[in-house]
Amino acid sequence: MIRTILINLLRFIVLVFIQVFLLKNITLYNLATPYLYILFILLLPFEIPNVLLFLLAFLLGLTIDAFYDTPGLHAAACVVLAFVRVLFISITVQKEGFDNEPEPTLSIMGFRWFFTYALVLTLVHHFFLFNLEVFRLSDIEYTLSRFVLSSIFTVFLILISGLLFFRRKERK
Amino acid sequence: MRNLLIFITKYNAFFLFLIFEISSLIIYIKYNSFQRASVINSANSVTGNLYTRVNGLYDYLSLKEVNDSLSKENARLRDLLKTSFYVDTIAKRKVSDSIYKVQYEYISAKVINNSVNRSYNYITINRGSKEGIGVGMGVICGAGIVGKVVNVSAHFANVQSMLNKDTRFSVMLANNKEIGYIRWADDMDPGKGILMDVTNNAQPRLNEAVITSGYSSLFPAGIMVGRVSNLHPKGGGVSLNMEVNFSVDYGKLQYVNVIDNKFEQEQQGLEAQQKKDD
Repeated sequence: MIRTILINLLRFIVLVFIQVFLLKNITLYNLATPYLYILFILLLPFEIPNVLLFLLAFLLGLTIDAFYDTPGLHAAACVVLAFVRVLFISITVQKEGFDNEPEPTLSIMGFRWFFTYALVLTLVHHFFLFNLEVFRLSDIEYTLSRFVLSSIFTVFLILISGLLFFRRKERK
Repeated sequence: MRNLLIFITKYNAFFLFLIFEISSLIIYIKYNSFQRASVINSANSVTGNLYTRVNGLYDYLSLKEVNDSLSKENARLRDLLKTSFYVDTIAKRKVSDSIYKVQYEYISAKVINNSVNRSYNYITINRGSKEGIGVGMGVICGAGIVGKVVNVSAHFANVQSMLNKDTRFSVMLANNKEIGYIRWADDMDPGKGILMDVTNNAQPRLNEAVITSGYSSLFPAGIMVGRVSNLHPKGGGVSLNMEVNFSVDYGKLQYVNVIDNKFEQEQQGLEAQQKKDD
């Protein structure tokens, strides 16, 4: 229990630092900007209470907002992300079955499930984020191309970090 | 009542979602419209200090370019020194004392946070109200204009960059003094702006300099903005629009000067009076 809290706290700090001081400066062709920090919400344990999940998502969003100077923008996108996460998990995962390692990581859940999970959640988050940021329909093509390319970039980074911390364990 | 409680606990995710989503949207709409004064921004003490430290690291990577631009600016300033002019009248000093009154004061500041890839870009600098920075002051750097101050704390200030869809500055063509205003181009290219509302009888030439007009109280006249890069009139109508390449590379901003216009209040007071009389 305490181990889980410590790991997640550390993950929170590290991801915010990476996002704010490294990825914030990376933009490919003015189009693709990765938002890797959402990995924190993706990797929270399955059995986390909904209240805590939404609270953490909100706090993570506000922290990122503080550095990006966009109060509320990332918070709103993260709360949407948390909601989609609850829906996605309730549809695809049976709660019984694994009670010793309840974390949605690449090594535990397998590539196919994790890829779909990351892809769906990233798409929803980015779609919401970019449209809320621009908040008008006039440059819709530009917004959509930013949305698609950034999503690809983010999912790519999420999969890489999943492989980086890959631990081979039998799924019981 | 009991049924209602059961209903709420059964679908608790949805209700939690509503609560948090609405609160974050309230924050977003309230603090992003125009007054960006709030706790959650990069001018507060925690994020400001973190940015200052990380910026100390980044500085080493661009020392060479900063040195180059500083030495260039030194050379330019040395040209303006009194010692580099030949003084042909003894009374000069006495005369200049009574004629010149300081109108613009420059406060140098360092950029500690910057972005160029969003629709509304802002810059954070490491000078605040303690050093005399106030909301509404213009900001320039060695190569041209940068933006205007929109939010100030004790030690930091937010600057609305030229690369912001809300930014408009009064400018003119350097050769024939036709005025217009400049804004950021639509395709979010950090090097391009659009000069709008120039009268039809202006005859702009390619590569002509665009400078500040001095009609707004933000900047003195004659500060470089960019060069005309494309003459195709866009939109048509009664006025000309043209593309401008900015003279400043906004991605590499390091040091800037904030302009304190000593007569700003007087000018604005007078102009407000004018509006009242109409």
